[in-house]
Amino acid sequence: MKAAPFDYVRVESLEELFSLMGAIGDDALILAGGQSLVPAMAMRMARPRLLLDVNHIPGLSGVTLGDSALHIGALTRYHELAASPEIARHAPLIAAAVPLIAHEAIRSRGTLGGNIAHADPASEMPAVLLALDATIHAESGQGGRTIPACDFFLGTYETALAPGEIVRSVSIPRPQRAERSAIDEVVRRAGDYAMAGAAIRLVAEAGRVAEARIALFGVADRALRCAPAEEALRGAEIAALPIEEAVAALRDALEPLADLHAGAATKRHLAGVVTGRLLAGLQEEHENG
Amino acid sequence: MDSLFPLTLRLNGQQVRHEVTQRTTLAEFLRQTAGLTATHIGCEHGVCGACTVMVDGRIVRGCLMFALQAEGAEVTTLEGLAQDAAMQALQKRFHEHNALQCGFCTSGMLITARALLEDNPRPSRDQVREHLSGNYCRCTGYQAIVEATLGAAGDIEEGAA
Repeated sequence: MKAAPFDYVRVESLEELFSLMGAIGDDALILAGGQSLVPAMAMRMARPRLLLDVNHIPGLSGVTLGDSALHIGALTRYHELAASPEIARHAPLIAAAVPLIAHEAIRSRGTLGGNIAHADPASEMPAVLLALDATIHAESGQGGRTIPACDFFLGTYETALAPGEIVRSVSIPRPQRAERSAIDEVVRRAGDYAMAGAAIRLVAEAGRVAEARIALFGVADRALRCAPAEEALRGAEIAALPIEEAVAALRDALEPLADLHAGAATKRHLAGVVTGRLLAGLQEEHENG
Repeated sequence: MDSLFPLTLRLNGQQVRHEVTQRTTLAEFLRQTAGLTATHIGCEHGVCGACTVMVDGRIVRGCLMFALQAEGAEVTTLEGLAQDAAMQALQKRFHEHNALQCGFCTSGMLITARALLEDNPRPSRDQVREHLSGNYCRCTGYQAIVEATLGAAGDIEEGAA
């Protein structure tokens, strides 16, 4: 339960970071919040030769509101997301997701950028970013590029980031029309990773569903949207959502990966339960204005 | 590859300077180097909450930070809260309710409970249970810990009134 030996650099700038990453390659790992990396190092599942502590690089943290999008720095910590008035107003799904993530002491340190670069398939934030149609800004010594969330998560702990590339920030489009969103999950104990969870966003037009996004987590090797269930909702009155049809479509389409604690059938069932509850909640919220 | 690095931080209100290796966790540093043994080390991978301490005013897992990450930070352990009114109210109620048996989890429980009462002086029972859910106790079954925390919240409110 003690990390293998490593070298440590408190990196002061992105230039220094990219130059060290270029020199060391895969044996260097970035230390952001450290809430997944440090336990992995303690169990020696991760054995970096060099740890690059990015916590002191200026300009990587914070939430800023642009004309068309909300920009969240990669080093923004969960407790900062939960306290941000901009997030509460323009991306309430993120604020709703934070209390589901681990425990308060973990949320003090964990960062959004670290979470998505780590890409745990049972984590909430990847699904939230899919539901919100987010884009991820990656940067390397060669420059920056943007990656849509739907192309970013490639598998368990696997992302579209190239060697030498980091997550710089995440952008969430500002809502153009009325929308409602919600997230929930089934866990064995409070704060555990989800056995199955869903993040849902419904865009409304004249009381009907113009766009539905249902993103699931904890059921596959990555967060994924469920197109048949989304299709079942499109055009429906928000006051009378076809919840049973959407849940049936989801269960038909979903081929969950079993894990240590739940088989595929259990996860399929739970994903349907969570989705049904969330849709019922969104419908009720709509009725109550 | 272990070497010694200088580390300067404020520890329980005092500016201190020590030397630590890269892979020394904050919790190990507090116990082994600074000699502050109220912080306990349980699972060493962020699950049990026994090593909970305050860094820059927020609770963190002491085993999920390397000590070098605390450079320039304000770190507070249970020792540094001995004169804190909320902590004293919690300690009194933990004692009354027998909210510990072996006591291994108690430091982490107290620091975590105090952080809750600081943010939310009148928590509901569910809020207490949720907030303490990241701290494991293998003796008490939690009931007495929850009761003690709720009792302390009442005491603090009365004291302030």
